Parts: sequence; C-alpha cells; structure tokens
Amino acid sequence: MTASTQQFTTTSGEASQAGDVVLDVKDLSIAFPTEEGLVRAVSDLTYQARLGRTLAIVGESGSGKSVSSMAVLGLHNPKRTQITGSIKLDGNELVGASQATFQKLRSTTAAMVFQDPQSSLHPFHKVGRQIAEAYRTHHKVSKAVAHKRAVEMLDLVGIPTPARRALQYPHEFSGGMRQRAMIALGLVNDPKLLIADEPTTALDVTVQAQILDLVNDMQKEFGSAVILITHDLAVVAETADDILVMYAGRGVEKGDAKEVLARPSHPYTYGLLQSIPSATDDGTGDLKAIRGAPPSLLNLPTGCSFHPRCDFQPLVGAACIETLPEWRPTPGLTNRQLRCHLEDPVATLQNDEGAK
Amino acid sequence: MLTYILRRAGLALSVILATLVTTFVVFFAGPSDPAQSLCPENRCNAERLQAIRVNLGLDRPLTVQFVEYFKGLFVGRDFEFAGETTHCGAPCLGFSYHTGRSVNDELFTRFPNTVVLALMAAVIFTIVGITIGIFAAVKRGSATDRILIGGSQVFGAIPYYILALLFALYMVTFWRVLPQYSAFSEGAGVYFAGMIAPALILGLVTSTSYTRYTRNSMIETLSMDYVRTARSKGISERRVLVNHGLRAAMGPIVTILGLDIAALLTGTLITEKIFEVDGIGRRALQALFDDDLPVIMGTVLMAAVIVVIFNLIVDIGYSFIDPRVRLS
Ligand SMILES: Nc1ncnc2c1ncn2[C@@H]1O[C@H](COP(=O)(O)OP(=O)(O)OP(=O)(O)O)[C@@H](O)[C@H]1O
Ligand code: SF4
Ligand SMILES: [Mg+2]
Repeated sequence: MTASTQQFTTTSGEASQAGDVVLDVKDLSIAFPTEEGLVRAVSDLTYQARLGRTLAIVGESGSGKSVSSMAVLGLHNPKRTQITGSIKLDGNELVGASQATFQKLRSTTAAMVFQDPQSSLHPFHKVGRQIAEAYRTHHKVSKAVAHKRAVEMLDLVGIPTPARRALQYPHEFSGGMRQRAMIALGLVNDPKLLIADEPTTALDVTVQAQILDLVNDMQKEFGSAVILITHDLAVVAETADDILVMYAGRGVEKGDAKEVLARPSHPYTYGLLQSIPSATDDGTGDLKAIRGAPPSLLNLPTGCSFHPRCDFQPLVGAACIETLPEWRPTPGLTNRQLRCHLEDPVATLQNDEGAK
Repeated sequence: MLTYILRRAGLALSVILATLVTTFVVFFAGPSDPAQSLCPENRCNAERLQAIRVNLGLDRPLTVQFVEYFKGLFVGRDFEFAGETTHCGAPCLGFSYHTGRSVNDELFTRFPNTVVLALMAAVIFTIVGITIGIFAAVKRGSATDRILIGGSQVFGAIPYYILALLFALYMVTFWRVLPQYSAFSEGAGVYFAGMIAPALILGLVTSTSYTRYTRNSMIETLSMDYVRTARSKGISERRVLVNHGLRAAMGPIVTILGLDIAALLTGTLITEKIFEVDGIGRRALQALFDDDLPVIMGTVLMAAVIVVIFNLIVDIGYSFIDPRVRLS
C-alpha cells in the first residue's frame, strides 16, 4: 500500500462496505470570532474515516479535536463560526449545509458520544425516553416501539435490567452506565460513523477499559466507522486502526496507528510518546514532557506551528519559522504522511532516541 | 417524601406564628391609637377617648390582648358591644373598628376580586414574559435581543404607579378603550371586562422581569452539554429549544412564579387603588389610614398564610420538575 491509496475517496453516494470512506474532510478550517480576535481552532485539516475502521485523533488539550468533530454534526452556531473547506459525510457536502440537511444526517449517518457523560444526558428526562426520542425522530414508529428499541439498545451496551433502567433518570446511573447509555443513544439509528469524544476521560480506570471494549464490540456489530478522540496513547494502541495527530488545529502526522506509535516520524508525535510511560519501559527511562505550552490560537506561530517547542528545529533552520510544511509521505515509510521539514525524520528521531 | 412534607408544614406553621406575634407587637404596642382616629381629640375629650379604648379592649395588658386574639383564631371568642354579646367563630380575626363588620367578612368578600386580578395578570406575564425571553435568548446578541431586553428594562425601570396611573387615565378615563371596574354583582361580563385594564398593566409590567429571568435561564441551559446532545439526535430546533432547553430553564422560573403569584394574591395595593378594584389590597390600605388594627392584622395574617402555602406548593412542585430533588 502506498500513501496515495490512503487518499482514495469515494466519488459519490453511499459508503456501504468495510474500507469505504464515510467521512472525507478536506482543508477544513474553523475559526471563532471573539472579542480578543479570531480563534483559529482548526486549520487546513484533512483526513478520512472508513467503514469498519477506527480512526484515533490525538493531540494535546485545545488542539481542535472536539471542534473539528462537532463540525461534522453541524453543532457550531453558524452565526458565530467561520467554517471553510469541505466535509463530505457519506457523499453529502456539509460545509454551508442547511440545518435541515444536518437534522437528516444526525444520528442516522453520524452520531457523537460526548466528552462528559455526567452532563451530556438531560437531567429531567428518563434515559429510555432520551434514546427513544432519537429513534422516533428518524423512524415513523409508535412511542411503545421506540421505547422497546431503547430498551434493546440499553441491553446491547451491557446495561443490566435494561427495562427497569430505561425508566430511570441519568442521576440514578453511575458514570460508566451513563457513558454506556450515551453509546446506546449514539448507535440507536445505526449510524455509519460514530464519533466518540474522549469517551473514557471522566471514568475510572477499570470502567475505561470496559467502555473501550464496548466501543470496539459495537463497531464490529454495526460495522460503522469510529473516530476515537483521545489524548491517551495507550488507548490508541489498543483500539485504533488509523491515527491522526493534531497540533494547534492542524494535522501533523497520520498513518497506521500501531506503526505511528512504534515509529513516530513527526517531532510532536515523538514528543507525545516520550511524555508517557510505555509498556516496555523498565521504569528507569526518563519521562520527558514537551517543553513549553501549546500556542495561542489567536496568534499562531508562523511557519510550522510547533517550531517554538521543537527540539529539532535548529536542524532545519529558518524554513520551520518561515514556511508551513505541506503534507508529504514520510521518507522511508509506507502508508505514512507528515507535515515537517526534517529531511529524514525517522532517522533523526531514532538517533535522538538512541542518544538517550 | 412524607417526612419532607411534614417538616415543611411544621416550618410553615412556625413562620405564620412568628408573623402573628411580630405584627401584633408592632401594631398593638406601637404608637397608633385607634381611639384617636375614631374620634379625633378636638371632638372627644380624654374621658371619651379612654372609654373608647376600654370598649375596644385596648386598655388591658398586651399579653392578655394577645392571648384573647390567639384564642379567637383557634376557638373563636365573644365580643361585647354596648351590652350585647356577639360571637365570633374561629378563625376569628375580630371586628373592624370602623365598619363594625367582622374582619373575615371584610376580607373574604373582597378576596375573589384580588384572586381574579392576580390570576389574569399572572396569565399575561407568564405568557408574554416567557415567550419574549425565549425569543431573546435564541436571538441573543442580535439587534432583536437588544431591542427586546432594552425595551423591557426601560419599561421595568419606570415607577409602576406612574405607568399604572397613566394607563388608567388614558385607557380607561379619557379614551375609554377599556371599561371601568364594576362589582361582580353587576354581571360577570362587565366584571371581567373591568378587570382587563388593571390585569393588563400589572401583567405587562411584571412580564419584564420574566423576560429577563427566562432569557438568562435559557441562555444558561442552551449552553449545556445535554442541549448539544439533543441537537445531535437530529430533532427539530423547536424541539431542542422547548423540550430540552425550556424544560430545564423552567426550574428557577417556576420558583419565582410561585412567589410572585403569592405576592399578588396578598393584594396589589397600587393596582387595586388606582383602578378601584375592590380587593384586599385596597382594603388593607384603607385600614392603615384608619388605624383599623383588626383589619390590618387580618390582612397581614392572610398574606403570611398565602405566602407560606405558595412556598410549599413551589417546593413540592419543583420536586416534580427536577427528578433529582424528588428522590433525595
Ligand atoms: N465557541 C468557541 N469560541 C471560541 N473558542 C472556542 C470555541 N469552541 C472552542 N474554542 C477553542 O478552540 C480550541 C480547540 O478546542 P477543542 O475543544 O477542539 O479542543 P480539544 O482538542 O477537544 O481539547 P480537549 O482535549 O481539552 O477536549 C480551544 O482553545 C477552545 O478554547
Ligand atoms: S517543521 Fe521544523 S519545527 Fe516543525 S516539527 Fe518539523 S522540525 Fe520541528
Ligand atoms: Mg475536546
């Protein structure tokens, strides 16, 4: 496989079998005009999600993971958001699409499990009703049928005594249960794409693993595409097929998830990996956080946004500060793309690793 | 739940009791002299005044008077007027010094007028206030929002009695757009027609605060994660706003609504006075001018009971709105 196969796009209509591109994002930029100035949350983002595969989007807090994903469901206030580029969801162009278009596609074609299960369910509505509402919106069925479907979904996501649970309110659920209910809600209309936005951050460790397993199982069951947003690289290693690394609203590296983690080719990905304990660590290796802090989105650094924090910038010189690196295949690797000026990034990073 | 209600009821009773004692002390031990207002000094000499005081029972120690009053509330009491004994059944609020009618009569015959006015106003201010509030919240930051909120602030900032006076003067007296108040005995049609003017101005002015409560509460809930979840289900925007946004925003509004209705039921002094609605507010005002202690006590007690009951209704009602309150 070459990098160009990754760029392959379904030209029109519906994605129907594993590997088909269901979401095709191109040069997506999202900015919020605020009193302090224009917040450029996402810049020139390009990626694809395919049926039957899990794409992990990783990056530090504020790198634009949630903002870019919410645009897929049209959840930004159009009056307060500037969106350019293209988002093609199952053949439908969504940038500039009407609310009616979004209403039709939400939940049926793409659904989202939000970051915080504590606050994402309506506190005054019964859990079953919240799921049934999503079903009834897109299917002409009676309340009773929709309720039955909601109970089935709760059962499917592993909630015990689902019939009883469906009649309870969210505050009667534990955090993990709520997240299961959110996943049930996300899948009730059998969407082609499920976006799970840090589905486990608010949960304790044992529950985290269960939720991830559930997401994986559900993907197999429904054959949908999954976008898993996370900053936990261990989660990526276990669950994702593909990975997109984001920095300050831009994609910086993408490829096969396990390969990227095993052999990062972008200094930022490398830095992220250095900052977490790895399974092979004997505990003596130093953990090294990336120096500095993410840049202000009001005033992004020129050239490569990562340059003020990059240890390898001196190897390249002025180009990093002056010119924004374009996507290119990583030299020496197949099925990998990155945005960095380093001539031979893989070797450079490996030398650095060896020097430690 | 039952213990909760019992505890609340106990609390309610003690509030009423405290109000009773306080008003009694303030009015009966205060500087007012009902004898003087019944018969000014230039007409009555000192003995005559003293005789009136004895007649009213005002010469006896305060504690005795209080015990009598308190007893009257629960078991009734007997009054002696010019050698004749009149029984006043529980809850006995006594007799007006001025009209000689029983306070219960004075208040309960007028209470329905106050209730009609209060409820008509409440219908107007909830519908108008909440609708405009939702609209402003949805359009927040836009020119529409600024006009609605600015307008309601200006309207709300003008002293109410001036607005009410102008409204009465033009709409009722000069232009005769709306009819004057007339008693129910003159026919239900003219009675309710006469209530339109006072209810309208009272409702519209009160609606300005509801516009602001609703707008703020809606803006807060519309930024909640669960509203985003609702939208992500593909339901219509109207459903998102009403079934999800407004549903959650109603909590604080219902609380204030209950207390406001209670306040209106205790009598709208200015409105009733200006539009000559024969309600308990206007009667209370008259009693204050007259130093008519039993009527004053009666209206204050009645107000306390209404407020306390509505507090209870609001709390219990709230637990039906918010399931998290219901179970804990
Ligand atoms: N409506 C908005 N107006 C202005 N700025 C916004 C708005 N929404 C998001 N942002 C900003 O956009 C940036 C990207 O936010 P986003 O939520 O996508 O980050 P994230 O990658 O999901 O981070 P996290 O891991 O913390 O969830 C943040 O700096 C955020 O403050
Ligand atoms: S382009 Fe330059 S600054 Fe940016 S990551 Fe590569 S080496 Fe570092
Ligand atoms: Mg996020």
